[in-house]
Parts: sequence; structure tokens; C-alpha cells
Amino acid sequence: MTSLPLTARLFDYWVTVYKRTWRGTVINSFLTPLLYVLAMGVLLGGFVKADPAQLDGAGSYLQFVVPGLLAGQSMQLAFGETTYPVMGAVKWNKTYYGMLATPLRVADIALAHLSFAVVRIASSAAVFVVVMAPFGVWSSVPGAIGVFLIQLLVGLAFAAPVYAYAATLDDEGGFTVVFRLLLMPLFLFSGAFFPLGNLPPVLEWIARVTPLWQGVDLTRMAALGTWSWPAALTHLVYLGVCAAGGTWLGIRALERRLVR
Amino acid sequence: MSVASGALTRDTGRQLSRAGATGVLIYRNYLVYRRGWVYFLTGFLEPVFYLLSIGVGVGKLVTGFEVGGHTVPYADYVAPGMLAASAMNGAVFDTTFNVFFRLKYVKLYDQILATPRTTADVARGEISWALLRGGIYAAAFLLVMAALGMVHSWWAVLALPATLLIGFAFAGICMALTTWMRSWQDFEYITLGVMPLFLFSGTFFPVSTFPDWLRWVVECTPLYRGVVLCRELTTGEVSWASAVSVVYLVVMGLIGTRIVARRLDALLLT
Repeated sequence: MTSLPLTARLFDYWVTVYKRTWRGTVINSFLTPLLYVLAMGVLLGGFVKADPAQLDGAGSYLQFVVPGLLAGQSMQLAFGETTYPVMGAVKWNKTYYGMLATPLRVADIALAHLSFAVVRIASSAAVFVVVMAPFGVWSSVPGAIGVFLIQLLVGLAFAAPVYAYAATLDDEGGFTVVFRLLLMPLFLFSGAFFPLGNLPPVLEWIARVTPLWQGVDLTRMAALGTWSWPAALTHLVYLGVCAAGGTWLGIRALERRLVR
Repeated sequence: MSVASGALTRDTGRQLSRAGATGVLIYRNYLVYRRGWVYFLTGFLEPVFYLLSIGVGVGKLVTGFEVGGHTVPYADYVAPGMLAASAMNGAVFDTTFNVFFRLKYVKLYDQILATPRTTADVARGEISWALLRGGIYAAAFLLVMAALGMVHSWWAVLALPATLLIGFAFAGICMALTTWMRSWQDFEYITLGVMPLFLFSGTFFPVSTFPDWLRWVVECTPLYRGVVLCRELTTGEVSWASAVSVVYLVVMGLIGTRIVARRLDALLLT
């Protein structure tokens, strides 16, 4: 029995659920990031004296902050899709147990859920990339497509490890702590809003090894067309390891949880 | 016989003053939070992170803005904005998500109303709790500001009561709105209201960037009043115009509290 068709059929389940609840996600996934762009990029950016040497190669603060905000959004959506929904499927609604009573295996369940998370991230990223195009923040069409594709990797690099963590939790309290102590600091200090050089040296180094900085820098290179291949390759490998390792851990964690 | 009928009427139970009744609900919430002190503690961090990231990090790219005729560094400009915004966010969170949960799932208010307490006691208790919690966060934030040298006047001491006013104004209105909520999906509307307030109320940049008509609209919103009030206090640029913000926030809070009590009457006592 091959696994892929089963995963695909289960993916259909998440799409059906989303068809009924999508209205509740419009503001968070589409409007909030655009409001941030308007407030931080356009309006606050109007007060920033743009110097490409100081802004990681960006010609304006808007060009600098938009890739950062997009990568930050992909991370936040990944958290959103793999925290409470996973807890719900394991504990509150027990959807996973229902799935497991069919020929589906644990790996199918986890992979389908993660794929759906990536699709959600992709849809938001696509809207974001298209809406931002008239602002002149993408260097070229291939650059914009690159920006979009990078979000899939960034999204999975966060979704998979968070999924693994969520599958081990007994109650949702852990999410609050992770949101406040991990998600917020990553969003605010990983080079999305200001160049890392503005941080004290020790914090700068810590920021450089965080996964969000890898995603922000990669997105920014694609957006501005300022590729530096060694750095880009490092980021790709780093995020790829997070995604693959996270997925493996996630399947294992779910197996332990559901099939003791 | 007379004993039974006496116990069943609402106003012959053990009498508590308004303050006493409010205190009971605050104590109840304290008992709940005592087990979740981590959540209480980490709630304070968010505005501090924003201050350090936007204020200090982005501040190195922005020269600074004028407040009352004097130019202040960008971090000092953002800090009072974050103070006011976090007072709003805290009040909104406490009186929407938490109240909805207690109203719909825990049925806490039905239980309280089964005792000699009234809906007004519930409204006062929940709003006071939101203020108390917000006040503790605000005091801690002010200490951080002082430690980072972002406080320029003794007027800043009054920024603490100012944040309580902001909390009062938002807590009432938001708790009232919560009574109309049908499901968790409806909370997107709260985000829809709070997010633009947070980003465009002069928190991160002056409203002078807006066209005139829009500037007028923003100046009439509650968070903007709170932000300028806090900024006037921490920079020491207080004037009679500051009183406008104070009156605005007090009136908004009083109206909110009144609506909450009426809505709870309609929801739980009919």
C-alpha cells in the first residue's frame, strides 16, 4: 500500500474543514500583514533615511521591511496551524483517533496536516506577493516567484518542529509560553524590522543562528535580487534540516501519542 | 417556612458592599491565576520586546520626533505609545477572550448570579480585575522605561493612573461587545478593530503623516487619546489640552460599564 494517495485523501479533509471556517481567518492571514506593511513600511519608513549600505542592500525601508514581514507572517501562520488545531485533533475533538480507525497510518495523518499548513501559508504568501507588487518591492518577476517559493520552505521549517512539540503537549498552556517567549522575540529581533547590526554583538550572533533570520535573509535576497550564494545555500540547508527533521520528529511524537 | 422563603429572595442573603462584591470576584480570578503565574509573568514581556525592537532597533534608523516643541529620540517617542497600547491590549484580552470563555463555557456568571450577587457586581469585578492586572504590567513597564532613561519628568508618575484610564475605557466597551459574540470566529472583528488602532494611533509615528481629514479621525479614537496622554506625561509636556483625553477616557469607561451591566441582565436574567 502506497502512502501518498492516502495522505492526499486526508488532505481533502482539511480543505473541507477550511471551506467552512475560512471567513474567520481572513483578517489574521491577509489583512493584518498588509496593515503592518502600511504602518511600518510606508508610513514609518517615510521617516527613515534610506542608505542601502545600512539596510542590507535595500533602497528604502519599505523594500527592507516587506520581505521581513512576509517571512514573519509565514512563521506565525505555521504556529497558528500546528498548535491549537493539533491539540484539538488529538485531545478535544479526537479527529486523529477517528482517522486512525481507518486504513490510514500515523504518518499519513501527520503529513496531510502538515501539507495543509503549507497550503495555508502558500495562499497567504501568494496574496501578499501579488498585493505588494505595485509597491515596487520585488526586483523582478523570477525574484517574486522565488520569494513565494521560499515561504513554503520557511513555513514548513517552523510548522514541522512546532507540530512535533504540539503532539507531545498534554494541555494548551504550553502554547501561550511558546508564543510569548519564542514567536514574539523571533518576529521582533530576527532582522525583520531592523538590520541585525543594530543589535549588541552578542545578541546579533544569537539572532543570526535563529531559523527566522535564515528565512528573512533568504526572502530578502530573492526580493532585492542581492544573492550571495554561500549564504543562500546555508539558509536553504538550515531550513531544509528544520523541515525534514521536524517532520520526522512530528511523526514519531504522534505515533507515541496515538499508538502507545 | 419563613426561613425557606427568606433564603430564596435575592436581597436577604449575606450582604456585601459594592466594593466587597468586587473584591470577591477579583479574589476568584487571583486564585485561578495563582496556578498560572508563568502566564501572568510572561504577559508583561510583549510590550518590552516591542519597545526594544521598534524603539531601539528601528530607532537607530529614525532621527526622532517632536513632542510639544522639543525633539525626543525615537525610542522615547515609542515607549509611551507602547505603554498605552499594552494597556489597551491587556484590557481587551481580559474582557474578550477570558470573559467569553467564562460566559459560554465555564458558565461562571450564571453561578455568581445564583448567589446574592448582581450583574453590576460581575461587570465591576471583571473590569476591576482587568485594571489591576493591567496596572501591574504598566508599573513594571514604567520601571523599565525609567531604567533605560526614557522618562523625562515627574509627571510620569501619573502615567500609571493614565494607563488605568485607558484600561477602563476599553474594558467596558470590549466586555459589552463580547456579550454579542456568537463563536470564537467573531473575535476576528476584535482584531479588526484593535489592530488598526495599535498601528495608526500615533504609537509608532506622528499622525502628521496623514492627510488632514484622516488625522482628525485618528485624533478622535480612544487609543490616540491614551497615547498622547501617556506621551505628554512621560516627556513632561503636559497642558490643559491633556484634560480632553482624560475626560474622553472616563466617559467612555462609564458608558461601557453601564452597557455591560444591561447586557448581562438581558443575557442571564431573562
